[in-house]
Amino acid sequence: MSLTDKDKAAVKALWAKISKGADAIGAEALARMLVVYPQTKTYFSHWPDMSAGSGPVTKHGKKIMGGVALAVAKMDDLSGGLLELSELHAFQLRVDPANFKILAQCLQVVIAIMFPNDFTPEAHVALDKFLSNVALALSEKYR
Amino acid sequence: MVKWSDFERAAIQDIFSKIDYDVVGRAAFSRCLIVYPWTQRYFGSFGNLYNAAAITSNPKVAAHGKVIMAGLEKALKNMDDIKTTYKDLSVLHSEKLQVDPDNFNVKLFSFYCLTIVVAGQMGAAFTPEVQGAFQKFLAVVVASLRKQYY
Repeated sequence: MSLTDKDKAAVKALWAKISKGADAIGAEALARMLVVYPQTKTYFSHWPDMSAGSGPVTKHGKKIMGGVALAVAKMDDLSGGLLELSELHAFQLRVDPANFKILAQCLQVVIAIMFPNDFTPEAHVALDKFLSNVALALSEKYR
Repeated sequence: MVKWSDFERAAIQDIFSKIDYDVVGRAAFSRCLIVYPWTQRYFGSFGNLYNAAAITSNPKVAAHGKVIMAGLEKALKNMDDIKTTYKDLSVLHSEKLQVDPDNFNVKLFSFYCLTIVVAGQMGAAFTPEVQGAFQKFLAVVVASLRKQYY
């Protein structure tokens, strides 16, 4: 389900509204994922503290959103733009790609909470498609 | 049998006591038809579903949103045995409506859209723990709906 020009415009418009709060969105989405989908905690067993607001969660949420920002910038060539990130996830982190969907869901719930008026059904479908394509690009190098 | 903690029971009851069933049902169901357009295949008799505006203003969509919420309320009132409560509903979806059970998946479709709409309504009160409880409830509902499929 590739991105149409309309989707790309919708994602860019939504990103323009939410990007100032990106760090908070990332931290909250990550914290939420660890609570709602506890199986994801296995990837962070080296963290002393996995609670919302903790140092590791805040820092890592920011890192994740940096990746999302990069994806927004490279929207016209996600496979190329996210190549290094794909290699990181495939060869070093070895995150099961099924988890990309889980994080995407948590991101969308947080955006719905923080920006209820902007996260219209139209924005939602565009973002959902975008995040699915990001997940695909991240999975590129796995095998 | 599903075990509910006191927190989960309270959180789920709280959500349903706070939301407007008509508003939420309609918003969640129309969001589902917009975000996952292939789900429209089951609603050929609903008339105009051509775009988001048509869907959100479609009276049959609103009416069906209410039907879905009524179904969820049944589960809410029988939280300790949703499986039995949903036996007839499961047979209905499998044999008469012939809905692909993947459509019930909590991570996708109608129930995920419900999570998004409830999150938007409740704001910060929809904490991670509350979301966890709500999704557990929906997961039990989904499992019960799937129960009578082959």
